[in-house]
Amino acid sequence: MQCPKCRGNMRTYDRNGVHIEQCENCRGIFLDYGELETLSRLETQWAQQSYGPPPAAPGWGAPHHGHHQRHRDRGWVGMLFSS
Amino acid sequence: MTDLVQVSGSEGPVHVLKDTRVLVVRVGAVVVKAYPDDADEDELTARLELCRVLGDLLLPPLGLVRVGGRPVTIWPAGDPVTPEDLSGPGGVPWEEAARLLAALHSRPAPSGAPLSGGPARLARAMARLGADSPPEIAAAYASLPEPAQTRQAQTRQAHTQQTLTHGDWHLGQIVRHDGRWWLIDPDDLGIGDPAWDLARPAAWFASGLLEPAAWQRFLGAYVQAAGPAVSRDDPWRELDAPARALTVQLAATAVATARHEGRPLDAAGEALVSSCRRIAAADAP
Repeated sequence: MQCPKCRGNMRTYDRNGVHIEQCENCRGIFLDYGELETLSRLETQWAQQSYGPPPAAPGWGAPHHGHHQRHRDRGWVGMLFSS
Repeated sequence: MTDLVQVSGSEGPVHVLKDTRVLVVRVGAVVVKAYPDDADEDELTARLELCRVLGDLLLPPLGLVRVGGRPVTIWPAGDPVTPEDLSGPGGVPWEEAARLLAALHSRPAPSGAPLSGGPARLARAMARLGADSPPEIAAAYASLPEPAQTRQAQTRQAHTQQTLTHGDWHLGQIVRHDGRWWLIDPDDLGIGDPAWDLARPAAWFASGLLEPAAWQRFLGAYVQAAGPAVSRDDPWRELDAPARALTVQLAATAVATARHEGRPLDAAGEALVSSCRRIAAADAP
């Protein structure tokens, strides 16, 4: 693919599932449809993880750790869907 | 069962969705729900009427009939959230659920609407444990402020705002039908404390079961949709008491279910019992 600005050669990169073309001449970047939104979303997620304050919790709450594994815990999944 | 399939007026594969106090069967595109024969039919009729009034939020019923002395309600079948959605591309519709609850809590309650059955569930969960309750759960239950134990169970006047609440909200209480999401199951629908509807996810989050990001999506969308149950600046002001109550209810239910199935308490149940220990030791909300 040729750079639409300077006609230089464009090289394709895949970064975290985002498809990016960069011009080897002017370093300009070309994004496919929807990829700017994907980047913005990833950026927001990262910002929340890095800087966002954790949600408030009551004093009697548990420290939040290890909840990743709970996704596979049948008891927990059942509790999400029943009274 | 044959009778239930017949009253559905529908054809197609038959699946039993639930067989507890109520029997819920899906027949093709229709779901029928059979109640015990001692079910209060006046309350049932009042709640079905509420579903019709709230016809853009609660899935509207197709009918109420009697089969062998048991009241049976008939519903269109929707697509529920499934455990696969927890990690699937569509994900869990936390925002949609929060917006439906916020809208429900913002509707004027029709006069004569029944009281929410939510708080009675806590008492039933404790009764199911009987005298042999784990000490953490008994202590946490005893520490609950009186209004949380008996909230709206006694006086209608306490609810000057007359807010409608679902009364038993969890991820199984939302379905996709006709291209959008609806709340289902009006069995505990009625006037009550709207924070009660957020209290179960709040209890999951507080006990370390629900990821903070999912809780934030749910609560954030509720506040964004001008849901009246909580204050924007300090949602735990309203959530603390009902979340404690739901933690006790969930812990009691988890213990009773494990006993009934003759197995040890699972990790989620343990997390809730640990929360009960901290609730019993904490200052009153």
